[in-house]
Amino acid sequence: MAKFKRGADSLLAGWGGTGATRAEVVHPLSEMEIAEILKQRPERGVIARGLGRAYGDAALNSGGIVLDATALSGVRNLDEENGVVTVAAGTSLEDLMRWLLPAGWFVPVTPGTRVVTVGGAIASDIHGKNHHADGTFGNHVLSMTLVDGTGTTRHLSPADTPKEFWATTGGMGLTGVITEATFRLIPVETSSMRVDTERASNLDDLMARMSDRDDEYRYSVAWIDCLATGKSMGRGILDRGDHALLSDLPANKRRNPLAFSSHAVVTAPPIFPSGLVNRWTVRAFNELWFRKTRSDHQGAIHSIGQFFHPLDLVTDWNRLYGSRGFVQYQFCVPFGAERAVQTAVERLSLSGAASFLAVLKRFGPANPGPLSFPQPGWTLALDIPVGDPRLSGLLDGLDDLVLDNGGSVYLAKDGRVRRGHLEGMYPRLNEWRETVATMNPDGVIQSDLARRLGL
Amino acid sequence: MKDSLGGVQTVLVLGGGSEIGLATARRLVADRARTVILAGRDTEALLNGADELRRLGATRVEVMQFDALNRDSHQGFIDECWSTVGDIDLVLFAFGVLGDQDVAEHDSKEALRIIDSNFTGAVSLLIGSAERLKAQGHGSIVVLSSVAGERSRRSNFVYGASKAGLDAFCQGLGDSLIGTGVHVLIVRPGFVHTKMTEGLDAAPLSTTPEAVAEAIFDGIAKGREIVWVPAALRGVMSGLRHVPRPLFRRLPI
Repeated sequence: MAKFKRGADSLLAGWGGTGATRAEVVHPLSEMEIAEILKQRPERGVIARGLGRAYGDAALNSGGIVLDATALSGVRNLDEENGVVTVAAGTSLEDLMRWLLPAGWFVPVTPGTRVVTVGGAIASDIHGKNHHADGTFGNHVLSMTLVDGTGTTRHLSPADTPKEFWATTGGMGLTGVITEATFRLIPVETSSMRVDTERASNLDDLMARMSDRDDEYRYSVAWIDCLATGKSMGRGILDRGDHALLSDLPANKRRNPLAFSSHAVVTAPPIFPSGLVNRWTVRAFNELWFRKTRSDHQGAIHSIGQFFHPLDLVTDWNRLYGSRGFVQYQFCVPFGAERAVQTAVERLSLSGAASFLAVLKRFGPANPGPLSFPQPGWTLALDIPVGDPRLSGLLDGLDDLVLDNGGSVYLAKDGRVRRGHLEGMYPRLNEWRETVATMNPDGVIQSDLARRLGL
Repeated sequence: MKDSLGGVQTVLVLGGGSEIGLATARRLVADRARTVILAGRDTEALLNGADELRRLGATRVEVMQFDALNRDSHQGFIDECWSTVGDIDLVLFAFGVLGDQDVAEHDSKEALRIIDSNFTGAVSLLIGSAERLKAQGHGSIVVLSSVAGERSRRSNFVYGASKAGLDAFCQGLGDSLIGTGVHVLIVRPGFVHTKMTEGLDAAPLSTTPEAVAEAIFDGIAKGREIVWVPAALRGVMSGLRHVPRPLFRRLPI
C-alpha cells in the first residue's frame, strides 16, 4: 500500500508491561516524512510514541503504525534573555537537563522520571511536584507545531488557536503528531535542591501538614505507605523544597554549582519473576524507607535526581515486576473530597495490594485543556503488580468512588478504566471530541487507548 | 481492546449454544465484555443465550449461524464476524461433538463426523481467525481441548483423537503467534457436567461449565497458555501418562 519508508513489526507495551500489542514501528526523520505517512492514511492508523513511559495503552496502536519520535530531537533555539527554548518534540527532559542546566536553566515541570519526551509531556499534560505553584507542562508551552490527522502542519498557541492548542495539551496524542514546541524555562542558580522533610504518623496528619504549608514551597510531594494499617494507616513522609541558591550550598559545591549527572546507578536485568513484588517484600521496603527518615530535616541539600527522579537511578526498574507487569493507578478528587482519599487508602490498605510507596500531592488550579488531568484537589498514585484476581474489582470500586466524588483517573497511567466512566470523569469530553473531529477527521490518528475507551 | 488486567470487550463464541460457551460469555460479560457474537447451529439456544447476555449487561449481542462441517463457508463467516463488530478481542472455540464411539468404531462416517467437527473444522476456523487477529495486532484464541486428548482411552478414542489433534495444533499455533500480539489459551477440562455428557458416568474430578468459564477468565488475565480444569487434573494426567498400556486399558476410566 503506502509508499513511505516501512518499519519493523514489534510487540509494544506501555511502561507497566501489560497487554502488549503488535505494531509497525517507523522512525521518521523529519516533519515532512510524518506528513507523508499520515497522508497515506494507513489502514489501522498512526500514533506517536516517545520514550514509552505511559503506563498503559496510550502509545500503542495494534496492527497499525507507531511513530517513534525520538529521532526528532535537539534544541532548535534558546532565547537566554527570556528563558524560552524551542526543541524538537522527541527531545527528552533528561537531555534538556544535561544541555540546559549548565547554562542555568531548568525545565518548567518534571514528572517522577526525566526519561520522557517533550511531545509526550504535552500530550499527557504532565505535572510534577510544583503543580500547586506552577501548573502543568502545558501551562508553560508558548507554541507548538503539529502535523494533524490529514497530514497538514499546524502552528498552535494558546492565544491564536486555543481550541486546538488545549485539545492537544492532554489530548493523548490523538489530535496529531507534535513535532516541535516552544516553552518557558525556570532560571536556577544551582543544580541542587534545598529540601525539608517531615514524617507524618497517619493520613489526617499528613494532609493537614500539606494543606497548612504547601504554599511556602515550590515543590511538594508526600510518600504514603499503603500497607500500614490501624492507627498508622496512611503514614507518610513529606518532602518539600525549592531550587537551592548558591548561598545554600556548602563551600565545596560552590565551585561547580550547576553540575548535573544523569547516570543511572544500575540497570535491572529482565530476570525477575512475577510475584517478587508482593506484600511481604513491599512491606519490608516501605518499613525501611520510613526508618531511614528518623526525624524531620530542614534544609537538606539533594541533587535533582535524588529529589525528582529517585527511580531513574535504576534503568528499566519496571522489570522488577516480572513478565506479568504492573498497573499504576492515579486519580484526583477535588478539595472537599478528602474523605474519598481516606477511603481509597483504607481500601488499598485492607486489600493488602502490594504497593510501594504511593505518591500523594495537592494540585493547584486546572488549565483549559478538556482532557487535562489535574484539577484543584488531591491526587494519589500507586503501582500495583498484576496477578491478584481481585485487583480488577478493587480498582473498579475505586473508579466508582472517584467518579462519585467528582474526580478522574489519569489517562497517561491508565490501561483499564471502563469506557462508560470516561464522560463522568471528563465532563468536557464531547467538546474535546468536536475539536478532534476537525483535526483528525478520518480517524487516521489512532491508539489502543482510543480504541479501548471509544475516544 | 483487551485492558491491562486482561479484561476483554468484544468476544466471538463459536459454539455459542453450548453450555461452556455460554457460561464463559456470561463470565466475560460480568467483567468488561459488552459486545458478543454467539455463533452456532441451534438458533433457539443462541437466541436464548443472547437474551441472557443482554440482561447481564452486554450492550450488543449478535447471533450468527455457522457449521463446523461446512468448511467452504468458513472464510465468509469469519469475514462477516469481523465486518459486523470490528476488532474482536477473544475468539472462543467451544464447539464440538462427543459422537457415538460404538458406531464410529464400525462406521467411518461417524468417525469422520467427529474428527471433522472437532479437529479439521476447528483448524479451518482457527487459521481464519488467527489471520484476522494477526492483522489487528492483538487478541486471544481460547480453545476447548480435553483430557481425553492427553491419553487415548478405549472408551472414547475417536473423540480423544480429535481433541489430541486439536490440542497439538493449537500448541504449535500458539508458538507460531509469539510476537504477533495474539495469544492462544488451551483449556483441558476433565469430565464436564453438560447436556453433551448427560447420562454418562461422571469420571473422578468432574467439573461444571461455570468452573471452566472461571478458569478461562483467570487464564486470560494471567496470559496462561494451558489451563486444566480442575487444576488438579494436571498432576493426575501427568501420572496417568506413564501408566503401562496393559494396565491403563484395564483402568475403569
